[in-house]
Formats: sequence, structure tokens, C-alpha cells
Amino acid sequence: MTARLIRRLAASIFVVWLVASGTFFLVALTPGDLASKMGDPRISPAARQRLREHFGLDRPIWQRYSSWLAHAVSGDLGDSFLFRRPVREVLAQALPNTALLACWGLFLELALGLALGLVQAYKPHSFWDRLLSGLSLAAYAMPAFLVAAVLLWLLAYTFPVFPPSHMAEPQALGLSFWGRLAETARHLALPALTVGLTGCGAVARYLRGSLLDEKRQAYMLAALARGCSKRRALLLHALPNALLPMITVLGLSLPFLVSGSLVVEVIFSWPGMGQVFYAAVTARDVPLIQAGTVLVTAAVVAGNWLADVAYSWADPRMRG
Amino acid sequence: MSKAPRRLRFGLTVVALELAVVVLGPLWLPDPNAIVDPRGAGLLPPLSRVLVVSLQDDTSLAGSEIARTPDGLLLRRGSSWEKVPENLVVSVKPRWYLLGSDALGRDVAARLVKAGQISLSVGVLSLALAVTLGTLVGMAAGLGPRFLDRVLMAFVDAALALPLLFVLLAASAFLRPSLGTVVLMLGFFSWMGVARLVRGQALLCREQPWFLAAKGLGLKPLRLAFVHVFPHVLTPLTTDATLRLGDLILLEAALSFLGFGVPPPIPSWGSMAAEGFEVWRLAFWLPVFPGFAVALSVLAFATIADGLGELARGERLEGSPA
Repeated sequence: MTARLIRRLAASIFVVWLVASGTFFLVALTPGDLASKMGDPRISPAARQRLREHFGLDRPIWQRYSSWLAHAVSGDLGDSFLFRRPVREVLAQALPNTALLACWGLFLELALGLALGLVQAYKPHSFWDRLLSGLSLAAYAMPAFLVAAVLLWLLAYTFPVFPPSHMAEPQALGLSFWGRLAETARHLALPALTVGLTGCGAVARYLRGSLLDEKRQAYMLAALARGCSKRRALLLHALPNALLPMITVLGLSLPFLVSGSLVVEVIFSWPGMGQVFYAAVTARDVPLIQAGTVLVTAAVVAGNWLADVAYSWADPRMRG
Repeated sequence: MSKAPRRLRFGLTVVALELAVVVLGPLWLPDPNAIVDPRGAGLLPPLSRVLVVSLQDDTSLAGSEIARTPDGLLLRRGSSWEKVPENLVVSVKPRWYLLGSDALGRDVAARLVKAGQISLSVGVLSLALAVTLGTLVGMAAGLGPRFLDRVLMAFVDAALALPLLFVLLAASAFLRPSLGTVVLMLGFFSWMGVARLVRGQALLCREQPWFLAAKGLGLKPLRLAFVHVFPHVLTPLTTDATLRLGDLILLEAALSFLGFGVPPPIPSWGSMAAEGFEVWRLAFWLPVFPGFAVALSVLAFATIADGLGELARGERLEGSPA
């Protein structure tokens, strides 16, 4: 079992390396080098040559690759052209904001999905099951920008309950700790809700399926035969077993969560990884794009691996 | 089972209607790229009517009302009445905007239909690429030597963990945007799920007596894979591909929404939503219509996939009368 986890870890590190090398060579092999990409086309040839030397572009590609990789491994990711600051600082500032949004988005997604799935599986094929199944499917099918557009129009414009964008108003700097917390929570509401609403459909659909599978098991019949109420049997007997595979499913849905929050961050101007990355891609800020891709991939792959570890810890059949 | 599941019929009906609208719609709808006087006909709500005044110099003005006064011909453009040079007027024609107009006065319904052609064909083409690649890799992994299986599946598992949108964005930053690039990118990054499915089915087939018999006859591996094993893969593959088509449409919409999908002036549902988002305070329906179009398509393909799965299992869950 431990051997399997170690093997998975090795495979994960391999992927991160693959993605890192992929971004490096994609940049290195596209026509037009950094000096021409970042600079004004009117730069004089001599100045361009200085730039090329400064960025080491006059060296052969394998030397550049190995020195880039060595620097990246030691945590030196270069400077961002766009923000004129070390890439590491830019990312370190954005990462907690994304983590905040992703955590609350995931929480809402799970809470809504669990509630929907449980009600559906309580009485399958009933009116409520059909209605909520339809709604979960609709939630699964909706692109994030549709949910965001409706929420914005409803809760930021028609009934201005929540602010439409950013993490805080400029004057929030003067607030107390609790005031700032409330300010962040108010700004977090719409983006987190968008992430939660777009994700809950898939959770509900999956949970309904696995709960119905569990309901067909002999232990459920035994529980009902002992006089256990239907509700209790569903919540205390079927649910824990149905939730077990959810750990893996959540791990696998992590890439979608991260990708989804990219769109949401851009729409709501949430200053996280997604927005920084989007700005970097728009401005062709090569070091930031490379580092962002590698960092997000590493985070997702690590999350996946952790889900695997959690699963083997939670499922007694996997131990031993 | 005598009848197809209700979900399957519903999904197929929606897709058929959508295809009919997308293919036949342009026959009745105006030119999707024609810009009509943004001041008079920009950001109109659905079911609006404007008067288009064509002038001799091939330009046109649009307004909601026209009136002849002692001062001359007046046209209500936006919120103000403006004088129209009467001697230059060629014609005054009413025009309906079924779903309103965008900021440039272009017809939203016509653009939605045109974008539908693009978004759906990008989805189908990239799906074809993904299914082809996935089937080839899956067959190689499932029927080939064991070390190949391990290597390919380690790669597939790893690739499935990629945050797709980030990788696609990073790639599109360095590639020239075009319709073909989008199809290739989407296809190249979404075959892994297919490969996994095909490999699983191929491994099951490998255990069957007929497979041993066919192999014992000395059939070549390619014939074994595509004549004997492929029919057994086809059913789950169809279900999976239908669901995947919905995912690809969503992904394309997200990519185009961020401005890295199909390049302008070609409309796509995602880019229409992005244009609409710039003016959502003035016209909240502009991002909503393309969003609905995406949601409806994904919903239809997901219900078809559900129905196909039900059909393949040959059972109605718990014998319900549905």
C-alpha cells in the first residue's frame, strides 16, 4: 500500500517535471525570442543583443534548460515582466486568495451537492427526485459565466446586497481586523457562490448514484429489518459508505475546481492565481506563465495525491 | 424494452431542434456581422423594433420613432431627437431584433445562431480527435505488452490531473489563434479519459474465450483490435463520448470567454458572453443568452448520455414506471 502511494508520488513529480519542461520548450521553440516578445519592436539591435545576453538567450537551449530548471527547483522563478517584481512574490501574494476562494467554493459545492443528493436518493423517482435531478443536471451544464451573470444582475445590481468585484474597497485598509474580515466575506460571497453552484450538480449526481447503489446492499435491508428508520438508515448507514469514494472523486475534480475558479476570478476581479495567470497570458509574461502553470499543476497533483492518501487511510479495506 | 428511455428522447429532441435552428436559422436571420448604427440600435432589449433609415452614402441611421415636423424629418436616436437630411434618405424600413442587439447594434439572435455553428462544430471536431487518439492509445495499452500498458497509463493518470484551463491558456499564449488551433488543442488535451475507458474494455475482452480463439487463429493485432475488440468498446465509448462532447463545449466556451478561443470576428458562445459582460449593467441579458445556449447543449448531451447508459444497462432502476 505504502509502495503504491510512493509510486503515485513519483508519477506526480514526473508530471510536474513534464509540464515544467513542456512550458519551457513551448516558449523556447516558438519563433521570436523573449527579447523580441517583451520589448518594443523599435528597440535597436545592439540593445536587443544586450537583452538577449542579460536573459541568457545567446546560450544553447540545453544550457538554458538546465540552468532554468536548477533555478526553478531552488525556488528562483525569475522576474515578472508585467509586474516588474520577482515571480515568487507575485505568486505568493495571489496564492492565499485563491486558496480562500477555492476552499469556500468547495465547501458550498459539497454542502449543496450533499443536500441535493440526499433528498434525491431518499425517495428515488419521486417528484422531488425528478425536480432536483433536473436542477443538478442544469447546474452541471451551466458555464460559470452564466451563473455569474445571473448572480451579478440579481444580487449586485437589482438588489445590491453584495459588491460585484474585487476583494475589498480601498477604504477597507483603515478598518479593524473584524471589519476587514467582514469586508472580505462580503466580497467573497458571489465568487464562492458561483464556484459552488457550478460544481454542486456533479457532486449531487455522483452522490445520488452511489447512495442508490448502497441502498441495494444487504446491510441496508438488514438495518431496515431491525426497525431502523429510513432516514436513519440512509444518513448513518448508507451515507458514510457512499462518501468514501467521494474522496477520490473530489481529488479527481480538483483540476476542474481550479480551472473553474480561473474564470470566476477573472469575472469578479478576485486577485488570485487565476487572475494573475490570465493577466500574464494576456501580456505574454513568459516567466510568470511558466511558474504559474507549474505551481498550479503541482498544487492539483499534490491535492490528488493527498486524496489518495486520505482514501487509503479512510477505507479499512485499503489498509494492510 | 420496447421504447427508448424518456431522457434519451428528450435529449435527442433538444439536439435535433438546436441543429435545425443552427443550420436553418441563417436563412431567416439578418447578417450576424452587420453593424447597425450603435447609437440608435445598440444594446436593445429582446423583441425590439427600430426604424432603419438608409441614406444615399450607404450609411444608415436607426431610431425608435420618426416624425415629420416643420423643422424637417426628425429621428429619435437613443434618448434625443435628431434631424435627418431628408434629401439623402433612400428608404425607411422597420426592423425587429428577436433577442435584442449588442453594443454595436448587431443582431443577437443571428450571432447566437452563427456562434452555435462554430461552438458545436469545434466541439464535434475536437471530440473526433480525442476519440481517435484515445482509442488508439487505449487499444495499445489494453492489448499490447504489459510494460507499454504501465507506461501509457501512468502518463494518462498523470495527464488527467492537469488543470486543463491553465494548460490550455498557457499553450494558447504562444500559438497563433485560429479555429484549427482551438480544435487541435482541445482534442490533444482530452483524449486521456477515452484512452482509459477503451483500455479497460480491451482488458475485459482479453479474458474472453472468443478473444483467445481469434488470437489462436493468428489474426494480426490491428485486425484483432479494430474488427474484434472495437465493437465491444463501442457501446460504452458512445455514452462516454456524448458526455465528453458537453464537457468540450463547456471548455471551449470558457476558453473563448477568456479571449483565447476562436479569434474574432468569428463569434462563439464564449466570446459573445465576454462581450456581453463588458456591459452587463446596461444589458444583463447579453451574457445570459449565450450562457443559456451552452447550458442547453451540455444538458441535452448529458441527458442523451444518461439515456444511452440506461439503455446499455438494459434496466430501469428499481423497476420504476418512468
